[in-house]
Amino acid sequence: MTAPVLELRNIRKRFGSVQALQGADFTLAPGELHALLGENGAGKTTLMQVAYGLVRPDAGEVRVAGMGVAMRSPRVARGHGIGMVHQHFTLVPALTVADNVALFAGWPVSPRALRERVRELGDRVGLPLDPDARAGRLSVGLKQRLEILKALASDARILLLDEPTAVLAPGEAEELLAVVRRFTVAGGSAVLITHKLDEALAAADRITVLREGRVTFSGPSQGQTPRSLAEAMIGENKFLATEARAGGAGLEAGSGEAAPLVRLESVEVPRESGYGLAIRPTSIAVSGGEIVGLAAVEGNGQRELLRAVAGRIMPLRGRLTVAGPVGFIPEDRTTEGLIPELTLTENVVLGSTGSEPWLVGGRVDWRGARSHTAAIIQEFEVAAPSPDVPAAVLSGGNQQKVVVGRELSRTPRVVVAENPTRGLDLRATDAIHRRLRAAAAGGAAVLFHSTDLDEVLRLATRVLVVARGVVVEPPAGASRAQVGELMVTGGR
Amino acid sequence: MAGGLQLAGYDAAAALGALWNGAFGSWYALTSSTLVRAVPLILIGLGIALAFRGGAFNIGAEGQFYAGAIAATWVGVHLAGVSSPLAIISVWGAATLAGVAWVAVPVWLRLRFGVLEVISTLLLNFVAESLVSLMVQGPLQEAQRIYPQSDPIAEAARLPLLPGTRLHVGFLLALFGAAALWYLFARTLWGFRLRAVGTGPRAAEVSGRIDTGRFTAIALAGSGALAGLAGGVEVSGVSYALFQNLSPGYGFTGIAVALLARLHPLGVVATGILFGALEAGAGAMQRDAGVPAVAVYVVEAVVIVVVLLVEAGRRAGPVAGRVRA
Amino acid sequence: MVVGFLAAAVRVATPLLLAATGETVTERAGVINLGLEGIMLAGALASALGATEWGPWAGVLSSILAGMVVAAAFSAVTIGARSDQIIAGTAFTLAAIGLTGTIYRQAYGVAGAGLALPTLGALPVPGLSRIPLIGEALFTQPAPTYLALLALPAVWWVLFRTRLGLALRATGEAEAMARAAGVRTRWVRAGATIVGGGFAGLAGGTLVLAQVGTFAEKMTAGRGYVAIAIVVLGRWHPAGVAIAALLFGAATALQFLFQSLGLAVPYQLFLMLPYALTLLALAGVVGRVRAPADLGKG
Repeated sequence: MTAPVLELRNIRKRFGSVQALQGADFTLAPGELHALLGENGAGKTTLMQVAYGLVRPDAGEVRVAGMGVAMRSPRVARGHGIGMVHQHFTLVPALTVADNVALFAGWPVSPRALRERVRELGDRVGLPLDPDARAGRLSVGLKQRLEILKALASDARILLLDEPTAVLAPGEAEELLAVVRRFTVAGGSAVLITHKLDEALAAADRITVLREGRVTFSGPSQGQTPRSLAEAMIGENKFLATEARAGGAGLEAGSGEAAPLVRLESVEVPRESGYGLAIRPTSIAVSGGEIVGLAAVEGNGQRELLRAVAGRIMPLRGRLTVAGPVGFIPEDRTTEGLIPELTLTENVVLGSTGSEPWLVGGRVDWRGARSHTAAIIQEFEVAAPSPDVPAAVLSGGNQQKVVVGRELSRTPRVVVAENPTRGLDLRATDAIHRRLRAAAAGGAAVLFHSTDLDEVLRLATRVLVVARGVVVEPPAGASRAQVGELMVTGGR
Repeated sequence: MAGGLQLAGYDAAAALGALWNGAFGSWYALTSSTLVRAVPLILIGLGIALAFRGGAFNIGAEGQFYAGAIAATWVGVHLAGVSSPLAIISVWGAATLAGVAWVAVPVWLRLRFGVLEVISTLLLNFVAESLVSLMVQGPLQEAQRIYPQSDPIAEAARLPLLPGTRLHVGFLLALFGAAALWYLFARTLWGFRLRAVGTGPRAAEVSGRIDTGRFTAIALAGSGALAGLAGGVEVSGVSYALFQNLSPGYGFTGIAVALLARLHPLGVVATGILFGALEAGAGAMQRDAGVPAVAVYVVEAVVIVVVLLVEAGRRAGPVAGRVRA
Repeated sequence: MVVGFLAAAVRVATPLLLAATGETVTERAGVINLGLEGIMLAGALASALGATEWGPWAGVLSSILAGMVVAAAFSAVTIGARSDQIIAGTAFTLAAIGLTGTIYRQAYGVAGAGLALPTLGALPVPGLSRIPLIGEALFTQPAPTYLALLALPAVWWVLFRTRLGLALRATGEAEAMARAAGVRTRWVRAGATIVGGGFAGLAGGTLVLAQVGTFAEKMTAGRGYVAIAIVVLGRWHPAGVAIAALLFGAATALQFLFQSLGLAVPYQLFLMLPYALTLLALAGVVGRVRAPADLGKG
């Protein structure tokens, strides 16, 4: 058997009080497309960051082509032919494509030669890019191309891709995986970090499953089923209802009973930057009890639509009627949802609308606010020692629960949520889903968006596709693939 | 500080002794030197704390102070036959408005054009100093036209003093201001929202639905008002006239006062008195031990840097701002 | 008369240009140095001390060194200890005012004694200085002006044509990303700050050795802050900074023009004019101008 190109042996890593990796092994053979599977927080990214020199393990070793290597930094990793394509892009938005490649790959800077070289590279691997384009202005799909080009430009023979399809529409995801396959066929080796079972099964030669920092399965993808992999990922036969619908979205037509709580009539919403329209004239209505999920690729206007309903962006034209109170769960909990330096009580007061009992004529009754916060902590099962701790000490999942608790405890009639379960493990995700369902059952209208199409299909009672600013309702009974197609084409 | 003085060739013991005596050596020193100097420092410190809490840097307190002093002098000199409480209120009111007006340009520049208020308030300091010079050599110059200073203000506009000292009613005003701001910050929703704007502006906008631009503008305006008022109080309580260099750098010392008090209004009273003592003592130090008064700036700077380092070490605190390297 | 005006404009602009060029490098790396005013002052004093002991060129060297040392201390506090750049910068300027005042009196006795220093005279460039108008204005200046003019293309080349410059710009635009690319961002920032300090120190030395001829407390009178505004006006690009500095010099030189025209305007208005103009210009420009994205952030 040929020697593995990359080997990780018995890797241990602790972050503070969390043991992220507990003796994980990983082996990558030459020419192999290997999926590293696991739920959020299982340790997949950390393990590959060890391989890439971004994280120093507490114990264990890294071997490249049979030789032990001290992966001290990404530079060392790149020197060994390892390239990483990160989940969160690491490009410098203000610089051009060419400059970004030069910076990351160490290429010389003379402008004309550089441009040619970048153009030639893009054409050669099937990911063409304009070298003079400003990186910040590229679409999400093109930004990812740049990320891959950066890795390949450093002569990477081993590519580590962290959740590359997370932000892509289904069609784009297939294209990307095809490019990766071409790479492995030409002799390279690739690791695909993902939490999507189907993707791992369809694309990879071998699969390794991580659960809570340990390897629970490693072997060929042939012969595995979604069920066997799910078991390896979350243990026991604890099948959350969430997994049952993977691979087939049974869409029902919207059940508009009572008067709509959200109504848009020819509403146009501008982009947050101010230039141009994010949402073209749109008319929709959402009634109480509905959970409307927006299926969209990043940047197509769904964010603006949600924020307009939540009252954070003013529409340019048209009539927008929203029944109050409105609960809004923003995408970024640490910069938009909470102020990490402030205590939980203070964060709850932050979200006050003015009609709370502990607000009397401009004065804050801090004791009342504190007990209200304590009630939220208890009801929403937030793992926090007291309402007086700064929000920063809570884990991501608990922080999100605080935000959700704050917004939902106001018994809103309309709930707007942006990617509410981003970065959360299955347990926390499930908890948030339950809350949203409960709010809808209580008569609220819920609107949400997730970059994970499967989550949208699972949670929503009604799906709307947003593509290039146009809102399209998929026909009743549309399949996942059809929805995916709509996301890219917009029904044109 | 002792070490620094020794290094520079001064007799540290004598210098420090003179410093202490100048600040606390007698009842007179305490009231008429230390506390008198503390008044503008407290007022300006409160203003700077207010601005900082809202996430804005008001480095222009010096200029706003002068603007207030100019307005106060103008009103005070032109008051004829107005009785005492009304005269004082007019003078103080004019000074406060002038302070707000002086900070209004940087506020507008920030809201409309995004100009960093640090630079705009700073530049206006120099303009204010030139303006004072212009005033006392021109429209406000004393009747005999000999010296670059204004006529003394009307008797009715001068502040009552504590008998036997030079401590004026402005001290009570400063204490009152501190108490009012404390209440504002600790107990009102507006005060809390200001803190949210200063600590997490994005979350304040998105989750708190707070108009951060408006809050910052109001905080800066209040900051200018307090600094302008300090100028008016100084004119009506200490100098009774306008001349150049009326302020020995109160606008900058005020920054140290606010930071050392960690932006807490009651703390500002304490640190204001501390720095008042330093400056009172510095005068004595120069007189008796020959150490240049300007050395006090070094002490203030060291105080600021120490506060910064301590907070950076803890990565927390009201002043570990958003502008870090 | 026009020649006199132009020459005055260039003369006034030189220290501003030097300080602003240095600060451009610093800010392109993401650091805003409000201690620039204090560094100029420190450089001014250092140049006076150096020139008194060993002559004007020693003064020049001392000013650069002093600037670099103070900037290094500033870097330690802001980059090393990660504290607030703006507050720290203000503190450093305060400290510099206090320290220079104290040291000056110690070294030269009671303030007020007019100090006569060996200065740098005008150095006409052979050939170029005979071009009508520009020749006298631009090429019959003391050495520091030529240093400033030479520094401009040099800085441009380093920023836009070298790997170091690319790394520096990336650090100022997106520090985290630059780090991901392997750039030692803290060292880059510190280095850029120290370079900026050297330029600012030289600017202070220019004031003393090539213009005023002596040292006086607080003699920089806000030039350091004006230099920061010039960086903004020049859009963080050496060419723009040069133009902005020259414009500012022209605005200041107006007062000499008016005086020679015999117009009786209170001199304080001329003192105020440059600052007011800077404010106006900032307002006119900043809306449409983009700073390095990670300027001032930790």
